[in-house]
Amino acid sequence: MAIVTPGFRGRGRSDDRVPPGQYLVEDFPVLSAGPTPRVPLDRWQFSIVTETGLQSSWSWDELQALPASSPTVDIHCVTQWSKLATTWKGVSLDVLLEDVDTAADYVLVHSYGGYTTNLPLEDLLDGKAWVAYEFDGEPLAPDHGGPARLLVPHLYFWKSAKWVQRLELRLDDTPGFWEQLGYHEYGDPWREQRYAGD
Amino acid sequence: MARAALRGGLSVAVARRWLEARVVDARAETPTARTLVLDVPGWPGHLPGQHLTVRLTSPDGYSAQRSYSIATPDSGARVELTVQLVPEGEVSEFLVTGVQVGDAFEVRGPVGGWFVWRAEDPAPLLLVAGGSGIVPLMAVVREHRRLLAPQPLELVVSVRSPEDLYYAGELAGLPGVTVVHTRRAPEGSGRPPARLSAPELAAVVARLPEQPRAYVCGPTGFVEAVADALVALGLDPAEVRTERFGPS
Ligand SMILES: Cc1cc2nc3c(=O)[nH]c(=O)nc-3n(C[C@H](O)[C@H](O)[C@H](O)COP(=O)(O)OP(=O)(O)OC[C@H]3O[C@@H](n4cnc5c(N)ncnc54)[C@H](O)[C@@H]3O)c2cc1C
Repeated sequence: MAIVTPGFRGRGRSDDRVPPGQYLVEDFPVLSAGPTPRVPLDRWQFSIVTETGLQSSWSWDELQALPASSPTVDIHCVTQWSKLATTWKGVSLDVLLEDVDTAADYVLVHSYGGYTTNLPLEDLLDGKAWVAYEFDGEPLAPDHGGPARLLVPHLYFWKSAKWVQRLELRLDDTPGFWEQLGYHEYGDPWREQRYAGD
Repeated sequence: MARAALRGGLSVAVARRWLEARVVDARAETPTARTLVLDVPGWPGHLPGQHLTVRLTSPDGYSAQRSYSIATPDSGARVELTVQLVPEGEVSEFLVTGVQVGDAFEVRGPVGGWFVWRAEDPAPLLLVAGGSGIVPLMAVVREHRRLLAPQPLELVVSVRSPEDLYYAGELAGLPGVTVVHTRRAPEGSGRPPARLSAPELAAVVARLPEQPRAYVCGPTGFVEAVADALVALGLDPAEVRTERFGPS
């Protein structure tokens, strides 16, 4: 039973698009564990490495040449803010994984700067995830993960790794940065999977 | 960055249960910030730098949750928070102007295993705070003092005007503290109001005997600027830990 605090009313229930425990923001808060890595575009590269070590890589120009999509999605941060109808531009992981031959069930995402996060491969497929390089019609700002970040809006936003560099396809699951620090393995906002064991 | 540090054995359990927190004392920190002293039976303990989640529930069952840093080092069931009033803010307004001594709400934690200080870490400490970003860093300062820890420590706090400095009385007596005013400086201060500059940061870093571990906390713009400046001064990015809150 929750403890009722006399005098607290709150702003009231929000709409069905907001998962439990979340509140809406209009601005775009930033949360990251260290300084913002800055990657010059001529040295930027995105790779997918399979469990057998086969690597597919894209330079910045190669990524830009791929068919792009412009998803408008709601995003949810584990620190309790949600932001509705954010508009991005990027390349669907369906496009990037199209020619990749793998039996892996899991992905460990690596970022410039050393950040990692893990998720099941199927959570990146079927139009659920993108490598995004524009936000709101502008190039993605470095503090929001530019030049490119992963965008996996159906999971808490720490899974949407900023400054994404490489996807490591794996047969086994291995926890990433926050997951090793006590956060949930999966991170479904609708089930409030914030911390390990939730 | 993360990997190396994690190999050093950083693994942190997050308490999963909601615990009852009773307000046993409250004091004004500034005209717009208040420190709440909570008694939390069953609190599992925490490291300086960690935060917790507050859950407020209204009589009709509506509830709201927010994160707040812990201002004090571990001392059993006592946990102190300092909350800044955010105008129109759902939770902060209640915690700063509504909640009374004797009232209770729920907390869960501690949370955060990265922005923490472990006293065994021999690196000198560079703490840089903007506004309410002082809160988790004050827990580090207080733990450092309590242990009479040998690591050299420098704290830089940036506030708009003298009234906005939290823990002013306590900080006044401490060595290694630099207060920077951005809008209005105190009478007789030699420094005109201005944002914390890279040369000022460089001067503080130069007072430390070797590469420090840096903890930077405050609003996003402030954290970005300071973290970038520290990297430009030659600090290893892996040694610069950041926590961002407040307006972005
Ligand atoms: C790790 C972490 C540690 C933190 N530590 C601290 C701490 O030690 N001390 C501290 O004070 N804070 C801390 N915070 C910030 C804290 O969690 C809250 O975000 C803060 O108190 C504001 O919450 P609120 O409910 O009062 O405001 P909210 O209601 O969430 O409002 C947030 C913003 O939205 C605006 N807003 C809200 N509703 C509306 C509306 N209907 N129309 C227009 N604008 C609106 C408000 O004006 C405000 O600018 C921390 C945050 C994190 C992530």
